[in-house]
Amino acid sequence: MNPDEIRKRIARRIALELESGMVVNLGVGIPTLIQDFLQPNHGVFLQSENGLLGMGPTPPDDEFDMDLISASKHPITLEPGASIFSSSDSFAMIRGGHIDVAVMGALQVSERGEIANWSIPGQDILGVGGAMDLVASAKTMMIAINHLTKDSKPKLVRNLSYPTSGIRFAQKVIDGGERIFIENSRMILREIAPDCTLEEISATTEAHFEVAEDLKTMPVTPHAMGSGIA
Amino acid sequence: MIEVVHSQKLKTAQEAVERIQDGDSLLVGGFGLTGTPFTLIDTITEQDRARNLTIISNNLGEAGKGLGKLLNSGHIRKAVGSYFTSNRDAVQAWSRGELEIELIPQGTLAEAIRAGGAGIAAFYTKTGVGTSLGAGKEERVFCGERHLLVEGIRAKVAIIRAYKADTLGNLVYFKTARNFNPVMATAADLVIAEVDEIVEAGQLEPEQIVTPHSYVDILVINDRYEKVGGTYVERSVEPG
Repeated sequence: MNPDEIRKRIARRIALELESGMVVNLGVGIPTLIQDFLQPNHGVFLQSENGLLGMGPTPPDDEFDMDLISASKHPITLEPGASIFSSSDSFAMIRGGHIDVAVMGALQVSERGEIANWSIPGQDILGVGGAMDLVASAKTMMIAINHLTKDSKPKLVRNLSYPTSGIRFAQKVIDGGERIFIENSRMILREIAPDCTLEEISATTEAHFEVAEDLKTMPVTPHAMGSGIA
Repeated sequence: MIEVVHSQKLKTAQEAVERIQDGDSLLVGGFGLTGTPFTLIDTITEQDRARNLTIISNNLGEAGKGLGKLLNSGHIRKAVGSYFTSNRDAVQAWSRGELEIELIPQGTLAEAIRAGGAGIAAFYTKTGVGTSLGAGKEERVFCGERHLLVEGIRAKVAIIRAYKADTLGNLVYFKTARNFNPVMATAADLVIAEVDEIVEAGQLEPEQIVTPHSYVDILVINDRYEKVGGTYVERSVEPG
């Protein structure tokens, strides 16, 4: 499967995790695809760090407005009831604990749920953005992640070898092949994609994980996820 | 020709930029290229007097655009912000040792500017605790949680982008082009706001005004860029 399809699969699966009434921050990368995969009338309030609550899906090409963008700097739209505020108000909302769920990308996640998502040792990554603010203050964190790095190394590791983003832990990790919960500092595999095997996942995951007794098949196609999903 | 209602605060971009000195610190509004004072930035690139600038901004624009242009013209000595990776020129200038970079988490940056503008010398935040960006910072525990001490940020000059001003200098913003602009308007000795339009005082609803005029020293009209197909491009005709 091509990388773009995997990114969409992850975004679609995470969209199913979000419930009506939740205030959800979407971070840079895969998370800012999610607004296009929510059900109609989903009732989720999407927050964007650049100063917006009530982010809607990507507009058609002829309605692009670069004055209305997501954290990934891509064009988006406004849902009815959306509000716009400054960066300092936006981060007051984040740091003040008013975000129910932060969906963020990661470079590594440790088996206890520690997140590394801003810097790779030895590489010129000069960006942290809002990652540390969200790790410090969001009520819960979901990680949208490719299973392997570009050079095919596991991203789910026993201990972080990349610099940490903070001292709080993620609760869920979703990649193209699996949905993992982190409970009491232990990873538990809850769902596995129909095109993945447990053997493949074990061979490409450094972190220890347990397999849930009721391991489920991850819904991965738009059809399997119900109607109305892009 | 752009029709402009006169305001005592209105200056040309050239006149406004002459107030910037060599070695000054500048707060510059924008998130990526959205909410960027393009006309003011371009005017700074064209003068030679004020170089060695410290730019405090979330990003350095994109390669060759916005603050990316000011980087390439050799006016920036140091950049303070949260995300520079999206401008490959900035990453390269940094690795050649030509650009100093201070990385600050975005919320800490926004709050430090807010504090700087509000007369708060410093504050404690949980952001960055236990990370290399928090290393060496004073720590204190409040309500059982570790916090870092962060000092407020102020600059000599702020150049910001708003949508409309009234003749007094009250400002309103457009969509997510608001971002860092209102908070930066509070935290500099000299605040220069680039706008598309000036209307008579009284024409903006008081409840609608985001930045009160007392924060704004100079208004400049954006006469170099226009939005085409949703993107800002340089005007094809010379400004009249």
